[in-house]
Amino acid sequence: MTGSDSAGSTGRTPTTDEFIKGLWRENPVFVQVLGMCPVLAVSNSAINALAMGLATTFVIVLSNTLVSTLRNFIPKQVRIATFILIIATFVTVVDYLIQAISLDIHRALGAFISLIVVNCLILGRAEAFASRNGVGRSILDGLGMGVGFTFALLCLGGVREILGNGTLFGAAVFPSGFQPWIVMILPSGGFFTLALWLLLFNRLRARQAHRQATLAEAAP
Amino acid sequence: MSDDSLWSIFLNASLINNFVLAYFLGICPFLGVSGKLETATRMGGAVCFVMLVSSVSAYGIHQFLLAINAPYLQLISYIVVIASTVQLVEMFIKKMSPTLFRALGIFLPLITTNCAILGLALFQTNKGYNLLQSVVYALGAGVGFTLALILMAGIREKLELATVPEIVQGTAITLMIAGILSLSFMGFAGLGA
Repeated sequence: MTGSDSAGSTGRTPTTDEFIKGLWRENPVFVQVLGMCPVLAVSNSAINALAMGLATTFVIVLSNTLVSTLRNFIPKQVRIATFILIIATFVTVVDYLIQAISLDIHRALGAFISLIVVNCLILGRAEAFASRNGVGRSILDGLGMGVGFTFALLCLGGVREILGNGTLFGAAVFPSGFQPWIVMILPSGGFFTLALWLLLFNRLRARQAHRQATLAEAAP
Repeated sequence: MSDDSLWSIFLNASLINNFVLAYFLGICPFLGVSGKLETATRMGGAVCFVMLVSSVSAYGIHQFLLAINAPYLQLISYIVVIASTVQLVEMFIKKMSPTLFRALGIFLPLITTNCAILGLALFQTNKGYNLLQSVVYALGAGVGFTLALILMAGIREKLELATVPEIVQGTAITLMIAGILSLSFMGFAGLGA
C-alpha cells in the first residue's frame, strides 16, 4: 500500500516484510543487541516487561511517523538533535500516560520510562529507516521492531519471574514447595538470562547456516 | 530524604548501587568499549567529566523549571543539555589533544545516548539532592562506571588468550562475565547502611 511513496533506498521488498523482519530475523534484542539497558533493568517480572515493551512500541511508532513525515525538512547537520527532541517529546507523553493509567506500574518502572529517550533502538530506527523511507513503511517498521522488542522483554521477564518468584503475571506456577531462585530477580540474574537466550539464538542460527550449507552441497 | 552524608552518597553511587552492575545503566558502552584496557580508561574519564558537568547543569535547570512551574519540560531540557555538553567536550578535546580525540573516535559523540548520564540527572532530581550532594553523586557514579569498565576490560584482555567455544564468543560470554561481576558487587551491599 505504501510502495509508491517510499523515497528510494529499499523500494523492492514487499511491505509486510518491514513488519516481520523486526519480529525474528532482525530482532532488536536477540540479533542486533540494541537497547540493552531497559531490557535488563525492568525484566524482573513479566508485567513490568510487558508495560515497558508497550511504552517503547508506542514511542517508536510515533517517532518513526513524525521523523518520516518531516524527513525532507530536517537539515542534515542537526538531524540527530532533532530526532532526540522528537523522541523526548513522545517519551514525556508516554510518561504522563502511564502515570494516568496505573500508578503502580509507573512506580515499578521508575526512571526507566524517561530513559526510553536514550534507548539506542529508537534513535537507530529513526536514523537508519524512518529518515529514508515513506510514512507507511516507517510505521510498519516501528511496529515490527516494537513488537519484537516486547517479545524479547517478555522472554526475559517470563523466565526471571517464573524462576525467581515462582509466578507468571502474578499467578503461581509451581506447587507451594518450590524454593525460588533469588538470584534471578537480582541484577545478575538479568545478565545470565540474557546470555542464555543469546546462546539459544546463536545455536539456532548456526544450525540454520549449517543446514543451508549442506543443502547447497547436496545440490549439483 | 536528602540528608545523607556525602561519603555515603559517594559509596552508594560507586559501589553498592553501581550504575552499570546494579542499575543496568550504560550497558551499551560497557559492552562496546570494554575490549581494551586503554580505551576503557579514557572512555571512563570522558564519561566522568560529562557526568559532572551535566549534573551541575541539571541541578540548575531543575531549580529554574520549578520556578516557572513547568516540570513537563524536564526530560527535554536535560537531554538538550547533555547533548550540548558532549558537543562542547568534543570540541574542547579536538582543540587541546587531537591524539586523544582520534583514540576515542566514534565513542565520544555516543556519550549522548549513554543512559547512565541521563539516569544520573533524573535520579539526583528524584532524590532531592542539593548542589554539593549532586556533584558528589555524579563523581561516585562516574568512578563506579569507570571501575566497572576497567574490570571488564581487564578480564576480556585475559580472555583473548583463553579458548572459548565458538558459540559462546562475543556478547554472550561478556554478559555472563557481567553477571558474575554483578554478583560479586552484591557483596558491597552491607557497606553503606
